[in-house]
Amino acid sequence: MSDLRPLLRTCGPYLLTALLLCALPFYLDAFWLRIGLFSMAAAIGAVGLGLLSGTAGQLSLGHAFFLAVGAYGYVWLAGEPGPGLPPALAVVLAVLLAGAAGGLFSPVAGRVKGVYLGVATLALVFLGHHVLLTADSVTGGFNGRSVPPLELGGFTFAESDPELTVLGVPFGGEERLWYLGLALFALTWFTARGLLRGRPGRALVALRDSETAASVMGVHVARYRSAAFVLSSMYAGLAGVLLALSFRRVVPDYFSLALSVDYLAMIVIGGLGSVAGATAGAVFVTALPLLMTRYADQLPLVAAPGSGGGSIGPTEASRYLYGAAIVVILLYAPDGLHGLARRTRARLRRRPPVTGPPGTGPSPGPAGATTTDTSDTTARAKEHTP
Amino acid sequence: MTGFLDSLFNGLALGSVYALIALGFVTIFKASGVLSFTHGSLLLLGGYLVAVLHDDLGFAGALAVAVLVTAAVAGVLDRLVLQRVGGSDPHAAHIQTIVTIGIDIVLVTDLARRIGGDLLPLGDPWGDAVTDLGPVTVADSRVAAILVSAVAIGGAFALFRFTPWGLSLRAAAEDREAAALMGVRLTRVRTVAWCLAGGLAALAAVFLVAFPAPGLERTTGQIALKAFPAAILGGMTSPVGALVGSMLIGLTEAFVAGYQSDLHVLGEGFGDVAPYAVMVLVLLVRPAGLFAAKGAARV
Repeated sequence: MSDLRPLLRTCGPYLLTALLLCALPFYLDAFWLRIGLFSMAAAIGAVGLGLLSGTAGQLSLGHAFFLAVGAYGYVWLAGEPGPGLPPALAVVLAVLLAGAAGGLFSPVAGRVKGVYLGVATLALVFLGHHVLLTADSVTGGFNGRSVPPLELGGFTFAESDPELTVLGVPFGGEERLWYLGLALFALTWFTARGLLRGRPGRALVALRDSETAASVMGVHVARYRSAAFVLSSMYAGLAGVLLALSFRRVVPDYFSLALSVDYLAMIVIGGLGSVAGATAGAVFVTALPLLMTRYADQLPLVAAPGSGGGSIGPTEASRYLYGAAIVVILLYAPDGLHGLARRTRARLRRRPPVTGPPGTGPSPGPAGATTTDTSDTTARAKEHTP
Repeated sequence: MTGFLDSLFNGLALGSVYALIALGFVTIFKASGVLSFTHGSLLLLGGYLVAVLHDDLGFAGALAVAVLVTAAVAGVLDRLVLQRVGGSDPHAAHIQTIVTIGIDIVLVTDLARRIGGDLLPLGDPWGDAVTDLGPVTVADSRVAAILVSAVAIGGAFALFRFTPWGLSLRAAAEDREAAALMGVRLTRVRTVAWCLAGGLAALAAVFLVAFPAPGLERTTGQIALKAFPAAILGGMTSPVGALVGSMLIGLTEAFVAGYQSDLHVLGEGFGDVAPYAVMVLVLLVRPAGLFAAKGAARV
């Protein structure tokens, strides 16, 4: 019995979260499920970008391009015109295709660093957008293409075929895709964390902190940089596929520079170099405009969409909030939501139960606050990986 | 032949406007190591101020006010926001770069909301007039762009070369720590750099939206992004490099657009994205740009 306890302690939170997430489709309507779906897709992409920009320290503004490669890759491979492959195979190939696209860019990605790479990857977004608009036969041009539903062993992730009702809840497209998204997100979560905590993660962090020192320690600089880039584009490709499945139509204008900036904002708001942070940032950035639009009439200072004039619409309000969130978070918590959570947790844990039973809410005195602060910084300096 | 001369002239005019923006990028980068993504909104701000004020103040007055206000806004943003971000973090410049994206989102959202779907005229004196120069007909606005840019860029180079601030800037770019020990006030140097860059961006806005462009619209700021390849091509730390890079980018764009019918394989509107293709090709050969100084890395 006592052998099980540590296992339960590490797995318990995961199991609880997983159970909760699996139960949600029975209680939420399609609007919330769609928010969840987009958030999960964004989280997969953000984890990929976090690996590159947060852990390896390489600024990339080309993420939208790799999302597009994944999305369009799936649509073309599984659809007509196109080879019309089985959709499940098309998903795998689309992810590999995004990785290959990242690999093709690796002569640049492996050698160019920091802000230079950021600008170099700008090129990918603009060139990619141009290709999406002009290569009509593959991408459908300006109007885009509709996305064939995913099919796995006779089970279709769409409204019907087969009709499905579980515990009295009709399972439509959103409910089915929710579980697909959860599975893919779990895959992303565990692979990325495993990677970051293992040898490659350490090598990338060393590379970020000092290129020269890392190469002296035996880290192959160009190879690791390229590998991080390829891997991040594969995650982006997977996110692109999931996005395409949830949107049911892909259009070139979605995959613009603004989307790349969104992903950058996600990992920054969440906290660079952390998988959980990237996820939190993804949910924040994705859900904010959708919720703002939905509840525009109940918010102060925000006008309902289409009311025109000089008033602030929900889209604009969410852009203001989101731009300001980037600035404010970096100003006051440069390590993002993840760092904030970690510091709060550390502070709670370290508070000694001196007087009375726990739970009476001891007030943090100024002296106590300073000591916890200093010990926090030493703890942070040692631990870079999440 | 006329087509060639046309494209050449257009390219030079475009290049000189990009040079105004790229010089701003380089100045900021030299002073602070930050890549300014705020430039699109500063440019839009400059253009918007000219568009709003030219009825009351006349074009020249409006332009002067726009340049000064944009410079002041850039300086204030640097002093009050950017310099407070990051602290002693070794990656402070990176973090500040991302903060400029946040600032840009807020500013662009606000300006775009004010501009709406309109096309704002700037009331510039050259309008849609053209001049015949031998075999080619050129727009006066482009002649003005080349002349004004030449003067502004010459002025900026004189600032770099002959003023105490220019000396401080070059020292700071060389070695920040050593410069600080010699008594260079890094905070002041970088604030002035931001002001200069903001003023140049406002100036560039006027020529970007002049004839044959239709007027100021909410997306005008995005043109500033095309000066990124120009600055990167030059190596980011070299003003001369930025100048050469801008000309290269301007000429590429003009020639690809001019000979579009021969290049239809590449698709409609390839001229708009050709600068990025050139940049990737150059970075493949020289990962740090054409004019970057070789530096030794220390551990």
